Amino acid sequence: MGIDAGMWKLAGSSSSSSTCRRFHASSLGGSSGEVKALVVDDSRINQMLHHKLLDNLGVENLVVCNGKEAVDIHVSGKQFDLILMDIDMPVMNGIEATRKLRDMGIRSVITGISSHTLDHVKQEFIAAGIDEYHEKPLTSAKLLSILNKIKHKD
Amino acid sequence: MDALQLRKQLIEYTAELFSEGFLDEQFTQLQQLQDETNPNFVVEVVSLFFQDSERLLNELAKSLSQQEIDFKKIDAYVHQLKGSSSSVGAHRVQRSCISFRDFCNAKNIEGCLECLQKVKQEYSLIKDKLETFFDLEQRLSATGGSPPLP
Repeated sequence: MGIDAGMWKLAGSSSSSSTCRRFHASSLGGSSGEVKALVVDDSRINQMLHHKLLDNLGVENLVVCNGKEAVDIHVSGKQFDLILMDIDMPVMNGIEATRKLRDMGIRSVITGISSHTLDHVKQEFIAAGIDEYHEKPLTSAKLLSILNKIKHKD
Repeated sequence: MDALQLRKQLIEYTAELFSEGFLDEQFTQLQQLQDETNPNFVVEVVSLFFQDSERLLNELAKSLSQQEIDFKKIDAYVHQLKGSSSSVGAHRVQRSCISFRDFCNAKNIEGCLECLQKVKQEYSLIKDKLETFFDLEQRLSATGGSPPLP
């Protein structure tokens, strides 16, 4: 059983569950429109996990495999409210990708998600421009707190 | 064995996996994410874990058999294995990776080799136990029984 690596589009709208509520920014008291997220992680396990977490909350999301793909997708014109950014990735790591995105003027909420416990790595990630940092694994509770921050930002 | 007995067996087996530290809360999180839109979610994620782990364990064995040991490379593999085991709730595999990283940082070859054996052992155990778990789930489903809520 395998999962195709590379970019997948996995929209919350593909869910047929009647219990899946669409996670609108407006339902959080913010501006109208759906919350869109980008998952940036080279681990297929974490891609699946984060996609499913977002999908279950009705958050439309795209998945990419490294920092360069995250930058490229923004260059193509796509925008996201939330970016879940891993650190260690091939081609371009999360720290460099965050720096580049901020230099491009991207103001999305960027949440660093990593299993690094070293302070200097976290500090470097924060200095690159992430809004907050969470240790893996990401849980529903952590994701909800991140989405609530988007509400307050709006 | 009827559905009721299978269900009881599955509940007891699951409880054992948690009480003996093989699995942690993250596995419950995976189960809670599974729904009718993705009824095989847990099996799919765990299958990926098995694939990743076997690849990483092979790479670790290869790296530790080299003349010149690249501890940075070994640490990177162990970091990946720690991450993926943590993501599926394979607690004992994750714990054994922590000690492994300590020996990598200390550039202790003997320690690394011992840790590799330990990680392999823990991985082999959790693989067997998860396969038994999924087998029980499948047999319960085949009898028309409903799985216990995570």
